[in-house]
Amino acid sequence: MKTSLLQRVALGALIAALTAPAVAGTQLTGAGSTFVYPFFSKAFYQYSAKNPDVTVNYQSIGSGGGIAQFTQKTVDFGASDVPMSSDELKRAGDPVIQIPDTLGGVAITYNLPGVPNGLRLTRKLVADIFLGNVTNWNDAQISRLNKGVKLPNLPIIAVHRSDGSGTTYIFTDFLSKVSPDWKSKVGTGKSVSWPAASSVGGKGSEGLAGQVANAAGSIGYVELSYALQNHLNTAALQNAAGKFVSCSVGNVAAAAASKPNISATDFSIVNQPGANSYPIAGYSWVMLYQHGSDRAKSKVLHDLFAWLVSQPAQSMAGALDYVPLPSSVQKTAQATLKTMTF
Amino acid sequence: MRRRADSARRSDAFFLFCVYAAAAFFVVIVAALFVMLTKGSWLSLQTFGLKFLWTSEWNPVNNTFGALPLIFGTVVSSLIAIVLAGLVGILAATFLADFAPRWMARPLSFTIELLAAVPSVVYGLWGLFVLAPLIRSYIGPALQKTLGFLPLFQGPIYGVGLLTAGIILAIMILPTVTAISRDVIAAIPEDQREAGMSLGATKWETIRSVVLPAARTGIFGALILALGRAVGETIAVTMVIGNRPVISASLFAPSYTLASVIANEFTEATSDLYLSALIELGLLLFVVSFLINAMARLMMWTVFRDK
Repeated sequence: MKTSLLQRVALGALIAALTAPAVAGTQLTGAGSTFVYPFFSKAFYQYSAKNPDVTVNYQSIGSGGGIAQFTQKTVDFGASDVPMSSDELKRAGDPVIQIPDTLGGVAITYNLPGVPNGLRLTRKLVADIFLGNVTNWNDAQISRLNKGVKLPNLPIIAVHRSDGSGTTYIFTDFLSKVSPDWKSKVGTGKSVSWPAASSVGGKGSEGLAGQVANAAGSIGYVELSYALQNHLNTAALQNAAGKFVSCSVGNVAAAAASKPNISATDFSIVNQPGANSYPIAGYSWVMLYQHGSDRAKSKVLHDLFAWLVSQPAQSMAGALDYVPLPSSVQKTAQATLKTMTF
Repeated sequence: MRRRADSARRSDAFFLFCVYAAAAFFVVIVAALFVMLTKGSWLSLQTFGLKFLWTSEWNPVNNTFGALPLIFGTVVSSLIAIVLAGLVGILAATFLADFAPRWMARPLSFTIELLAAVPSVVYGLWGLFVLAPLIRSYIGPALQKTLGFLPLFQGPIYGVGLLTAGIILAIMILPTVTAISRDVIAAIPEDQREAGMSLGATKWETIRSVVLPAARTGIFGALILALGRAVGETIAVTMVIGNRPVISASLFAPSYTLASVIANEFTEATSDLYLSALIELGLLLFVVSFLINAMARLMMWTVFRDK
């Protein structure tokens, strides 16, 4: 069949287009914590807008899943609310670096008709409530702290997270540090055996908050960002300095600032000293391989996360009700990133 | 002539192969599932052995795992569901088959089948935000006032719990029970009913002594199918059951099912023993479903043996 010049040129162009290599861009994949998902999705979108050849795909399957995928090298980076333990690092084989990427607080939320926001509770009282030692809202220990507030005669229902969660980890870490009873009976973990006789579990922050909203007399714990966005009533906790502080961005930042030298092995910032420190706070972490096999990809990963821990990205996190990393922590994170080979 | 016979024989053989392969597929899948579950739970089986089945503690912090409260929750919530769904379903099926005029039966069947199309998570949301408050404010206290002498209805009412989960499950399996029962009842030949009525039985007596006994096997099959679904239901149950691994006599108390634990804790389980224990729960669920079906078949065989 005779083809015209035009047809041959068109055919040539079509073949060239189909066989040309794909746009020389980098596709990064990550998985892990659901807590940071809103921050990450906005941040990665912004980063790809500024660096069009980099796309990041993040799957929020939970911290445990993230670490598992990262260990099996099916994703380039993992994100977890609790850094990898020495056992998990050993299982990963190759050297891993871990950097904090954001900061969060855990607010104590309650449902008490007629009681306004800011109910005062001491740290030991929170532990006693969740241990099941204090069972009614009109208990003297609570009313003594809140003179002028009419506490109803309702049994306390302690609501917890039924799914394994970093928020539970930070909360139980706090309880273990303020109550030796809790530490021996229950301990710290993403999932624990809750001892209070009158307790109920809800799946996810939505399940927990839904359960608290449904039953008067409930008390539970949620991430600060969740409490702010849903306008929940939160308690004012007494911190180590003796002041009653509410769960707010400023007070969580104060807690972080009082311990600037954090690392993946010494990462707990609960119960910090300082007049404004909110006692229940924690970092969320990103893990990367120090000597990745693909050097070009390691460079892209380094640039991405160096940007993520820098002030512009952290301010964006602040707009989403996350707490920006203190500048000292930003500097340490960037120094850790520089140890990557690329 | 020879060519036609040859090609006919070949295509027949191929067809036979396809049919056998399709049947074998199921056996292979079930065997593969069983093998994978056993392999995954090997560590937990070795560590706990049979004690796993009667230990009550589920503690991820000191790695002690026991499935007894979970088995309890699964069995009791499914039982509540099958009792409620069985009652309402069989009555509805009888209505659809014997009482409803043609213009009502069709749209009504359609509505019932629509229930089956609702996703599980939507049932969970409805249960958490509509049914749980109802139980907490009205149904629970009413039950406690009238039947409070029974330990089943004593204790604090949280709104979420075994009863709520049982009711949600009942609603979810209702379409299965109703649809199959209606088909079975409608398939009873008309002359059976006429024979009953000609002997002087009223409509209710005919249904009770002629129609339902004849439809027994089919209705039982429907109930078993529905029970199988109730035992494995995950998302809707985990949103309304209270997620607390305890055994309690009260229907208002929170509980936990095998499927809910796996759904809740699998993503964050990092220690090998923890993961292995969760997979062993999956194996348990598999075995429980198998046992329910086997028991049902055995019951049907002994009860209906002389039919």
